[in-house]
This record gives sequence, C-alpha cells and structure tokens, in this order.
Amino acid sequence: MSNGNMNLTLKVWRQPNAQTPGKMVTYKAENISPDMSFLEMLDVVNESLIHKGEDPIHFDHDCREGICGMCSLYINGQPHGPKRAITTCQLHMRSFHDGQTITIEPWRAAAFPVVKDLAVDRSAFDRIQQAGGYISVNTGGVPDANEIAISKVIADEAFNSATCIGCGACVAACKNASAMLFVSAKVSQFALLPQGQPERYNRVQAMVAQMDAEGFGNCTNTGACEAECPKEISLTNIGRMNNDYLSAKLFREQHVHES
Amino acid sequence: MSDFKQTFNSSLGKKLIMALTGLFLCTFIIVHLGGNLLLFNNDNGYSFNAYANFLTHFPPIEVIAYILYICILVHALYALILTVKNRKARPIAYAASNNSPATWSSKNMGLLGSVLFLFIVIHMGDFWFKYKYTDSVTFKEYRTNLITGATTSADYTPEYKEFEHSVSNEGNMEVVRVKNLYATVSKSFSQPWYVALYVIAMGALSFHLLHGFQSAFRTVGWIHRKYTPIVEFIGTWFFAVIIPLGFAAMPIFYYIKSIAK
Repeated sequence: MSNGNMNLTLKVWRQPNAQTPGKMVTYKAENISPDMSFLEMLDVVNESLIHKGEDPIHFDHDCREGICGMCSLYINGQPHGPKRAITTCQLHMRSFHDGQTITIEPWRAAAFPVVKDLAVDRSAFDRIQQAGGYISVNTGGVPDANEIAISKVIADEAFNSATCIGCGACVAACKNASAMLFVSAKVSQFALLPQGQPERYNRVQAMVAQMDAEGFGNCTNTGACEAECPKEISLTNIGRMNNDYLSAKLFREQHVHES
Repeated sequence: MSDFKQTFNSSLGKKLIMALTGLFLCTFIIVHLGGNLLLFNNDNGYSFNAYANFLTHFPPIEVIAYILYICILVHALYALILTVKNRKARPIAYAASNNSPATWSSKNMGLLGSVLFLFIVIHMGDFWFKYKYTDSVTFKEYRTNLITGATTSADYTPEYKEFEHSVSNEGNMEVVRVKNLYATVSKSFSQPWYVALYVIAMGALSFHLLHGFQSAFRTVGWIHRKYTPIVEFIGTWFFAVIIPLGFAAMPIFYYIKSIAK
C-alpha cells in the first residue's frame, strides 16, 4: 500500500466460555498502520466486528504501557510476540509485514483456564502470592531509611526479581507450562533482602506447595521463560528458589525443644 | 514420614531425584569410559578381560552396580512421571509451533533419554547379560613368563561347567584363565549396523549431557557466580564432547580393525 499501511490475516482462538470448546477463526485486518500497537490493531478489528454485529475478540489489557502485567497473547508461537523484553501492548505492527498471517492464541496451561477467547484466568498466580509472597510488618514508628544496610549488588538483584509483573509469559513459553520463573522471582525478591528473612523458609515451602496444587508443570531449565519474560527475569532466580526450598526441606528443620 | 513424602512428591523434590540420579550416572560413565580404555591396549584382551573379571567378582563393585541399575530405573521412571505431569499441565496444545529460544537438547531430553534407555537395554543384553548369565562367552588362557614378562594367549575350554576364572603358577609361568569378553566385543563391533547403533547412541548421550549436567546443578540449587560457568564448561567439553567421543571411538576402532584384518 502506498501509505505504508498493511493488510494482515489473523488466525484467532475463539472460545465462548471455559466450558465450551474453542477453535481458530480467520479474520482480515485491513489498512493497519505500522505505528499502531498490537492491541490497537485488535481494537480496529473489533470495531469492524462490532459494526458487523459480531462478537468482538476478548483479550486482556489495562495500562498499555508495559507495567501492569495484564496483557498476554501467544503471537506466532511466542508470548508477547516476536520482540524481546516487551509486553504485547508495547509490540508495534512495524514488527510484522504486509500480507503476513498472524496466529493469536491464549496462554495455554491447565492452571490458566480460558475465560473467553484470548483472556485467561490467572488467579492461580494470586493464590501463590497469597500463600507466602509477602512480609509481615508490625505497624509502629517509621524506621530510619538507612538503618538496615543492604549492599548495592543485593539491592539491584532483589529489584530485578521484583520487576516481575506476573503476566504469565513464562508459563506460556515453557514447554512444560511451569510457573517456576514467576514463583522464583517472587521468592527471590524477599529472600535476598533482610526484611524477607523471618519468613524466608516458610515462604518458599508454602509458595511451591501452592504452585504444585495449581497444576503447573515442572521446570527442565530450558530457559524459554527467561528469553520470553518482558521484564527479563533471570533463570538464576529458579536456582535460588531450588536452593532455598531444598535447604528448608532437607537441612533447616532442626529439632526444637518444646517447653 | 508424611513430611518426607511431601518433600519428594513436590515438583522440586521429584526434580531433585532426577538431578541426583543423573549426576550419579554422570560419575559412573567416567569410570566406565576409563575402564573401557583398556580395549585400546594391544594385548589380546588380557587387561580388558582381567578388568571385566574383576568388576563381576569384587563384592563392593557388585553393590555399586545394583545402585547403578536402580538409579537408571528411577531416573527413567521419574522422567516418565514428570513428563505425564507436564503434559497434563498443558491439556490443549498451541496451534503455532513454539518459537521461544531454547536449546534443541533442552527441549528434547525425553526423546534423547528414551534413545539412551533403549541403548542401555541392548548394550547390557549383549555384554552384561551374556557375560553373567549365558555360556556364550568363551574362555581365554594367558600365560605370563614372570622372568621375561612376555605373555602368550590361547583359547581355553573349562573342564567343568561352573568354571569362572582361575589364577595359578606353573614354575615361572603365571596362568590366568578368564572369560574372553574381549572376543565378544570385537565380534560385535565387526558388524556395521552395530557400530552405527553405538555411534548414534553416543550422539544422543552427548546432547543429553550437554543440557543435563548443568541443568542438574541448577535443580539442586547450586548456582554460583564463579562456579556455574565452570560447571557449564565441564558439562559441554567433558561430558558432551570428550566422553561420547571416547566411547564412540571404541566400536569405530574395532570395526576398522576387523576390516583391516
């Protein structure tokens, strides 16, 4: 096209609800500007569907600036599409070319049941967080800001782990649908810092137990999660979680005399 | 007990069992390769046959051997259990093939492991089983002159059925009579299809260990700024290159020897 706009073919997973089986449906996305984000492209497609009186494609989104962790979409075999270190809302149509066919699927995991079309229920992540992804702090006077010394290396590493937005791309990318990268990031952000120490070993056991109960798969260290993570959470977190979990289970439970 | 079960039934507990059995198998293949290098000794199989006889008649080795068989079975069984669980974790497959960057070996550990398991069954059936439980392995007699150190060998037919091995002295001669596994090995490796099977299996071993060795360390939680790169280096160059090449060299060496005859 002379204005640089693109015509695309979309193959989209349509599923009315969790109980009804879904299928791939083909749509045309016409006159798409390369400057549009991927979600804006879907907005355009949905407007035409609404005009035709059809059910628009449901997909999750919120902030549209890559920080909320709400958007998802498995695009052409990759969570959040072909670019590294971005979410789907930060993916632009210039990453595709005119005439391309784009396959769009929801995150696939037993623990992430489809709500409708491309929107999945990620409350399994919330339940893992509720199992131990917090620190208990008593209220009281405000402590001095520099009272607890933390080295820059450790502070940086904890912040890197804490950048996880819980989008679930790690589960979607993993061939085993394992949630280990997410859980390990949430375990690490506290395990690295002094404030996380009192509950450190109970936390890791509780969160791993909840992860297993949700029906996620097992880690085989392929590293697909790390490669697809929009926040570039490192695989090192998984090793750190394994270390904490196994030392909690195998070494930390010394006999305590009860009075 | 329930605590114990809970630990080893958890996802991380099962992975720990995979890692520890895997690492034990890694240490085993070092010893296996080291011992089998005796096949390159040009002594009509004297040192290799004596080594095979030692392995099958020294009680501590027998104990370790049974631990080894258990490790192989547990490693395979847990791989199966974990694979079934992983499949259940994604009941509906993606329509588009997974384009996420991950190494080929890391994504195909189950396939590589299955090839290796099949190979181990064939390999043990052909040497270990024949050696221990059948009469198909012939005997050899080695006479060493204790003064000159020169050794001569001859075929030997045992006088009674239960004969296994003997070491005796006849004057200045030391006479060693052992099962001639060396002959079985050279006969097997004179068949091209058998050599091909071994070389393919060693290819599978290479890719399995390329991912498996360093992955096991991650699973047990040993990640370290200084040591993890060393583990990765050893996993790549020693376990995925040197060891499989060393093993593959044996059938190739014997095949070349058989056609050169």
